[in-house]
Amino acid sequence: MTTQQVVAPEYLFFEAERERQFMTGSEAVAEAVKRANIDMAISYPITPQSESMHLVGDLYAKGYLKEYFRGESEFAVMAAVAGAAMGGVRVFTATGGPGTLRAFEMFPTWAGARLPIVCAFLTRAVNAPLSIQPDTLEMAFMLDTGILMFHAENAQDLYDMVLKAFVVAEQTDVHIPVGVFADGFFVTHTREQVAVAPADLKLPPYNPYYAPVPVMDMENVPVRQMRDPFVMKSNFISYAAHASWQQEILAAQERARKHVRRYLGDLLDTEHAEAPVLVMAAGTAVSQSREAVAAARREGLEVGLVKLKSLRPFPREEVRVLARQARALIVPEFNRVGWLSREIKSVVEDTTKVIDGPRVFGGMTMPPELILAQIRRCYA
Amino acid sequence: MAASEYRVLPGPEGYLPPAAASMGVELPQRGEALVEGRVVPEEEAMLRIAERLLAARNPVFFPGPTILWAWKEGAAEKARAVLGLMEAVGARAIPMPDYRPKYPMINPAVEINPNHPNLTIWHNRIDVGVFVGVHCHYANVALKIIRGGTDCYTIALCGEMGHEDAMITLRDVDVAKLERLTEVARALATARLLRVEGSGAGG
Repeated sequence: MTTQQVVAPEYLFFEAERERQFMTGSEAVAEAVKRANIDMAISYPITPQSESMHLVGDLYAKGYLKEYFRGESEFAVMAAVAGAAMGGVRVFTATGGPGTLRAFEMFPTWAGARLPIVCAFLTRAVNAPLSIQPDTLEMAFMLDTGILMFHAENAQDLYDMVLKAFVVAEQTDVHIPVGVFADGFFVTHTREQVAVAPADLKLPPYNPYYAPVPVMDMENVPVRQMRDPFVMKSNFISYAAHASWQQEILAAQERARKHVRRYLGDLLDTEHAEAPVLVMAAGTAVSQSREAVAAARREGLEVGLVKLKSLRPFPREEVRVLARQARALIVPEFNRVGWLSREIKSVVEDTTKVIDGPRVFGGMTMPPELILAQIRRCYA
Repeated sequence: MAASEYRVLPGPEGYLPPAAASMGVELPQRGEALVEGRVVPEEEAMLRIAERLLAARNPVFFPGPTILWAWKEGAAEKARAVLGLMEAVGARAIPMPDYRPKYPMINPAVEINPNHPNLTIWHNRIDVGVFVGVHCHYANVALKIIRGGTDCYTIALCGEMGHEDAMITLRDVDVAKLERLTEVARALATARLLRVEGSGAGG
């Protein structure tokens, strides 16, 4: 194993002197993994969206991980990752697009089993005709799986969020998976400056004995699911227990808020939040929106930007307060269904303020002019 | 009802009560505790716990696996401290030795299970129940079911961060904190005895 010094998470995240390196988003994932003191990584590397798990394999070869292997499919990987986490080790994987959907059954299973798995989702189109191009449609399906969801705008976010995700996921009062999402190609395949902590530092190891469920317990649910109900019985007691169990997963998401605020700064960031027109976005749509907002402000239009970093937990109160003082909320998205727009409408008091779009999908880029045109229409 | 107005009170609350965390109740910080969904200083919560336990008709502790088995250094000492507290308040124990749903039927006289804790509470007519040494997930699953279907007043003495779904919860409970709670209970019991004697009830 490569020798690294264990340091406090706060030191690694906020105090250690950082060096700027020019790297892709996939490389930023690997740089985070390098410092995350991960026991095991499991990959299905055929997914052509990202080379991140190939790079994690290289880290194993260099001695940064105790174990690394490839699964037979995305589903097999996500099941193996669950087994590793139930065994009490810190585990990482990544997927994207059709890989996400092929493995889908495992995500609510991870959450229900209180497994603090961290997975990077490098999103891409999922619908026929087959495409490997960027699209965030898969995130719509992931919203109600019970996992926490962070959305990276760029490679810097991706590095920081993957590293911090372990610390949030492993809190005793949270202890559910974290998905760190980044828009494929736009983030994974482009290079930018990323400030990283020294590579000879790493997080403290995961201690499974602080988990809210027993580690490696072959006699109890969630590890042993089939011998006893819930699945095998049809009676009110089983239903009530399962319902309470599901509620507890949602409660864990709520408890994550304070940890997300502590480590990610907040659930969202704002620029010119007092403006009457706000552009609310997540992922790379934030970058395009920032360009549009800057152009609009040069034209004298009062417009602000809201960057949503955490989608689960969703910044419910924060968005509601911002929406209250605004007269229009523009929601640009890289998917056809507009899941972010739906999320925002579900929490604001006046849904008529929410402007759906602009939206692009199937791999299309989103020119800032599209968003700028919408801003201008708000002032027409 | 606004989320911040939610109170964690004895039930029966209804068919499917919500998780208190989803209603805006947040876990306490170090040195704090929760009483019925409100953050209070830890010492105040200890007094409320002692009052509840001493006034109870049938107080019962539900010790869980982390103190039932000497699986790590300190577990036996913590179990002994819990026994001291039980003695001080006149409570008995019904253990939660594991978390498997018990089928075809649990023996509610001898154990409690997180998936159907109401059966044990109903069978034994428990009016105050104390969770201690139970893994957090299972305590939370059980506490909601108890609040939904019984009128039991629940207390959680948590070694980690506490439980919003209990009516009173302490966090970071270790041997020292258990001994302090025992002192508070003994002092309160003595004061109540003196009040009774002072009122002439003792003849």
